[in-house]
Amino acid sequence: MLTSTYRGISRQLAGATTRLSVVRSFSKSSVRSSDAIFVHRDTPYNNPRTAFEFTPENLTRANEIISHYPPQYKKAAVIPLLDLAQRQNKGWTSISVMNYVANLLSMPPMRVYEVATFYTMFNREPIGEHFVQVCTTTPCMLRGSTDILNTICDTLGGINPGQTTKDGKFTVIEVECQGACSNAPMMVVGDDFYEDLTSETTKKILGAFSKGQKPNPGPQSGRHTSENSAGLTALTSKPCGPGEFCTPEFS
Amino acid sequence: MFNATKAASRPFRRSFATVHDPPVRRYGGLKDQDRIFTNAYCRHDHGLKGALSRGDWHRTKDILLKGDSWIIQTIKDSGLRGRGGAGFPSGLKWSFMNKPGWEKDPRPRYLVVNADEGEPGTCKDREILRGDPHKLVEGCLVAGRAMNANAAYIYIRGEFFQEATHLQQAIDQAYKAGLIGKNACGSGYDFDVYVHRGAGAYICGEETALIESIEGKQGKPRLKPPFPADVGLFGCPTTVANVETVAVAPTICRRGSSWFAGFGRDRNQGTKLFCISGHVNNPCVVEEEMSIPLKDLIEKHCGGVRGGWDNLLGIIPGGSSVPVIPKDVCAEVLMDYDSLKDAQTGLGTGAVIVMDKSTDIVAAIARFAHFYKHESCGQCTPCREGTTWMMKMMDRIVEGRGHLREIDMLLELTKQIEGRTICALGDAAAWPIQGLMRHFRPEVEARINKFRVENGPVLFGGRLLSQVDPTHALPDNLGANLKEINVPH
Repeated sequence: MLTSTYRGISRQLAGATTRLSVVRSFSKSSVRSSDAIFVHRDTPYNNPRTAFEFTPENLTRANEIISHYPPQYKKAAVIPLLDLAQRQNKGWTSISVMNYVANLLSMPPMRVYEVATFYTMFNREPIGEHFVQVCTTTPCMLRGSTDILNTICDTLGGINPGQTTKDGKFTVIEVECQGACSNAPMMVVGDDFYEDLTSETTKKILGAFSKGQKPNPGPQSGRHTSENSAGLTALTSKPCGPGEFCTPEFS
Repeated sequence: MFNATKAASRPFRRSFATVHDPPVRRYGGLKDQDRIFTNAYCRHDHGLKGALSRGDWHRTKDILLKGDSWIIQTIKDSGLRGRGGAGFPSGLKWSFMNKPGWEKDPRPRYLVVNADEGEPGTCKDREILRGDPHKLVEGCLVAGRAMNANAAYIYIRGEFFQEATHLQQAIDQAYKAGLIGKNACGSGYDFDVYVHRGAGAYICGEETALIESIEGKQGKPRLKPPFPADVGLFGCPTTVANVETVAVAPTICRRGSSWFAGFGRDRNQGTKLFCISGHVNNPCVVEEEMSIPLKDLIEKHCGGVRGGWDNLLGIIPGGSSVPVIPKDVCAEVLMDYDSLKDAQTGLGTGAVIVMDKSTDIVAAIARFAHFYKHESCGQCTPCREGTTWMMKMMDRIVEGRGHLREIDMLLELTKQIEGRTICALGDAAAWPIQGLMRHFRPEVEARINKFRVENGPVLFGGRLLSQVDPTHALPDNLGANLKEINVPH
């Protein structure tokens, strides 16, 4: 009797468990990765054994940069040197780049890793030949940067921001304000700003890059820089020369 | 009695109670001859030859020979306030470097120029850096002389590649011409100028974070005190100043402090580069008189708001960190520190972001919340966690997926962040949201109510009640059964 009751309960429990397992899904929070992970994992293309060294020209340049800072603060040069090394290393900062810079500046590698993970301009994964950064912060967003981003992603074969095209030519990312708000919307390809974009001009620029040409950077709407596009409202006259309008002492 | 007889004996005269109104002065309408940045649009040569023809480096030696106290006094008299956002009087700030007995301090002294222009909406320093780099280099020398600095580091944001190139060219030319370096301009004063390129971190625009960044560390702000004027870059006395502040100094010295002080209202004197972006017909960067009415600035230089002034929804007058102001306030404010402060916003960097009626204002502010979440350095907990939290709440509110009471929760959250962090990034992240709720709360409420009508009750955290498995016991603290006030049924 006792046994059967026990069995009955346990069966009920077992039944309940089965039912629950059907209904109740295992809940977990969604993965919210940052722009890039902060840890390094050795991969075939990115590990401490891959060789990196400055070219002689870059080494001269590096020494020139180091000379800008007091000798006991050599590590101040870490950001410029990482930038220089990244340029030499096809636009990305591998672990051996960081180790090399650490060695060059005689600072602990960890301090270099800290810097390389903090600043967004250091790519710790390989990027495509053309690095397309689209600003989507509010001033650009108001002028239609969402359309520009969609155009770019569609033109490049339906990739998502953060991805590289299959042929390795383009990497697209969304970035925060690039400081060309009066010329919004804008994108950066490599080091150059392409401003006052429309969907058409964006396609044209990307088309030119994929053909190996380099379109003219700057505003694509025909204006020169950030002046009023309907005609100058300031600085129309010839700039005043030395000493003009100065106090008698300095005229 | 005596008075009465006296009054009777003389013709009627107005008493002191009715003072004549002072003549109303309209600000704005700066003439080209009074513009300092004459090559802001890069229409002329940015090199040394062009700069000399525009009057840069004109008798710089004489300015230097006038000495530190003369330069500081001139800047003080001109009423120049820092152009980087905080608006601290520049002459006073520079004078902190020359404390009594500073000569006995063997440490080197630095001027650091903040060209890490990252505030959304701001693109004024860029025009100085690429169009008038010599103004900045000369400004470094003059400001450096005023604070008896040995060297200047110009921290330029890494994204400004062309600008950094122009600046480096200008520095190289100036060294070659003997304008800076040993015996700068023949004045017997040694001064070096270096460019330091950043690598993409908004927080490095904060002065102590910038110092950390030049030292080759993560850009995490330092606790003050000690202030940089005591312990700054490499542990030495340092002053951090904005590009525009430094670049106007030589012109002020040459043209006289009264010339500069003649523009703008009292305590807000001078000229200023304004950068207008967003929904205007012709966005531009323009140098104008301080205290120019916001409406004049937009109508005169930007061809007006897209679709006319009546199509205006709101304006953010000083870059992403300051609260938005609605149309009726926009029509009245003057673009200076005090007028905008009275309108519960700020001049910031002079970055005017215009939004017309087609704007989803909640989404626009939510995008700022994303920005601050991305740019928080992670050092102080209220900011690191709070920016993420605000971003998540704003994202839900954009859709309307929330409770009305969450608006107040969000406001309380902003108050918990504001003033509780080392630097002002926490404040800057909180203010846009406060501004939104101050002026556009009905819009937010309508959105929440609409979502609720369409989708039914929402649980805390954004899940819909209809998505919940009814076979589960639902804890009562998820907000499913809360009665909302003012909800249309």
